[in-house]
Amino acid sequence: MTAADDKLLGVRDLRKYFPIWKRGVFARHVTGQVRAVDGVSFDIARGEVLGLVGESGCGKTTTGRVILRADTPTAGEIHFTHSELGEIDLAQLDREQLQPIWQNIQLIFQDPYSSLNPRMTLEQIVSEPLRNYNVLEGSALRDRVAELLLLVGLRPEVMSRYPHAFSGGQRQRIGIARALALNPQLLICDEPVSALDVSIQAQILNLLKDLQQEFELTYLFISHDLSVVRHLCDRVAVMYVGKIVEISDTDELFNETQHPYTEALLSSAPTPDPRVRRRHVQLQGEVPDPANPPSGCYFHPRCIHARERCQTETPLLRETRPGHWSACHFAEELDLNIAAAAPDGAT
Amino acid sequence: MGDTLLEVRDLHVSFYLTEGIVRAVSGVTLNLQAGRTLGVVGESGCGKSVTARAILNMVQRPGRIDRGEILWYGDPDHPVDIAQLDPRGPDIRNLRWGEIAMIFQEPMTSLSPVHSIGNQMIEAIRLHHNATDAEATEQSVELLNRVGLSQPARLLDAYRHELSGGMRQRVMIAMALTCSPRLLIADEPTTALDVTTQSQILDLMRDLQDEFGMAILFITHDLGVIAEMADDVAVMYLGKEVEIADVDTIFHRAAHPYTQALLRSIPRHDVVTERLESIVGNVPDPYNIPPGCAFHPRCHHYLADKCASPELVEVGPGQWALCARTREILPASGERTNA
Repeated sequence: MTAADDKLLGVRDLRKYFPIWKRGVFARHVTGQVRAVDGVSFDIARGEVLGLVGESGCGKTTTGRVILRADTPTAGEIHFTHSELGEIDLAQLDREQLQPIWQNIQLIFQDPYSSLNPRMTLEQIVSEPLRNYNVLEGSALRDRVAELLLLVGLRPEVMSRYPHAFSGGQRQRIGIARALALNPQLLICDEPVSALDVSIQAQILNLLKDLQQEFELTYLFISHDLSVVRHLCDRVAVMYVGKIVEISDTDELFNETQHPYTEALLSSAPTPDPRVRRRHVQLQGEVPDPANPPSGCYFHPRCIHARERCQTETPLLRETRPGHWSACHFAEELDLNIAAAAPDGAT
Repeated sequence: MGDTLLEVRDLHVSFYLTEGIVRAVSGVTLNLQAGRTLGVVGESGCGKSVTARAILNMVQRPGRIDRGEILWYGDPDHPVDIAQLDPRGPDIRNLRWGEIAMIFQEPMTSLSPVHSIGNQMIEAIRLHHNATDAEATEQSVELLNRVGLSQPARLLDAYRHELSGGMRQRVMIAMALTCSPRLLIADEPTTALDVTTQSQILDLMRDLQDEFGMAILFITHDLGVIAEMADDVAVMYLGKEVEIADVDTIFHRAAHPYTQALLRSIPRHDVVTERLESIVGNVPDPYNIPPGCAFHPRCHHYLADKCASPELVEVGPGQWALCARTREILPASGERTNA
């Protein structure tokens, strides 16, 4: 939410509701709404990596899809600063108007197996965006594909082969090459390393970080894994049942936690060191149904700090420390750094 | 240290496919003490799940246990070699679920879609105990309550699709407890769950272990979960066990280059890392396991004249590593810092 001078993306009160249909006697009618994304606002500056974390069903993927306009938002604004057209609200555009804009926003998928067409060669896969927009053709196209493959750490000689010949990590590299083909301004990475083995994850994370630094790329990095987010992101937004509950600089978020849900997430994440015995904040119960969320603060039924006010009054996202926004009534009073406290006996 | 409950000696399991022979497990030796947790960690395809299935003698065709012993010390004086039992015989059926229970990664597929939870639990109880329907029902309610599910009586009539992932895994754990097993094999039990649910399930498993005194064989790819759950750890790579030690030694004084590299390559949420040290290359495909030390194409310490046939070396008390150069490369100071 920092007022960045060089804002690339500004999302304001974004909502995406999915209707629940029920078949009646004569026609179907809507009986409710799943509030997948429920009033999300944030900015991303040029060259910044914003992490979007949360558990499954919290709306992080839907947020990414709506920003890309793969889904139409129910309400809200998506201000994108286009390199030529200036600031435009993507939420207002129809498919035809979006077509040229999609050159500038690309997606990296989670599953490197289902996101590459098995009947296309590497060359066809990586050059497809370039051909779609008639950017290059002939040998220039081929050269660009070779250049992209080199960039992601693959040998250009392999471009005539099919995806089945490659391992998960290599396929993810192909997906990244395809996403970079058009020099996009914004890359939406949806859990790009979740499907990969531990020893391959580090390779892809390093590649994403190197590319980001070399080309000053901007990422919206969607992940459920706090350690991955801490490693890669400049700022982090934590989502819970369709809302952002906390957003701030990464180090600040991990060291000066301002929301009880973030605290619980941090303390549940296992630490790869048996000498670190954390004090657990064990959450009771399960994530509520986004079609039927609780009253007041959505987190109050599971929150160990909940008070009466939390049951009735919905907390707004507000700046509780400089540059640090939290949606908790009692953010200033609570000491939420249990998870960040120095572990006993650690070296 | 408790008494030995299960001993796996030089286990070999292969899959005979038309494309070739996949040696999924080649020479695994494990020793599991009563009441303790042994973590088996490795990447996909390293043979950790096949090892678990072999322990229950349920490797499916075209897979086969080629050789090796799986000694079950149910009666300490008369160990049973599970590998020799008829996979469909009465002896193994009494062991499965009766003394050794197993829970899986995806509880959705382990529960029947067309039988209610109660149906499945009561069936399991009545197969192994001489119980009436009413007694079995009562025991089911008790167990569901014990694993932290509210309204257990109502849950008996529920079907799997009505439950969330965490609830399904709790039901699976309750079912595993029906016969008070002495060993629980948990194959990636929390991989499909969110972190907060994972943390609940891990806590539950630890509590139940204290209460019932069972041993746990915990299989996972997640080093964080291993650090939290295991007493002892076996690290596997391409069907071989490359290092065995207690959990503190694995994380602070790892002797095998693969273990060391794996630990350095994971990002951490409690420590800031500027750049991860990744392991070069890819996991080789199972048809073409590199000759000699299987890790050598990815190893920084590889020397052609030394790494042809590594053997398990005892590096320290209770610590074994499958590496010819382990003594040379062990950190001189002994202690590895984590930063």
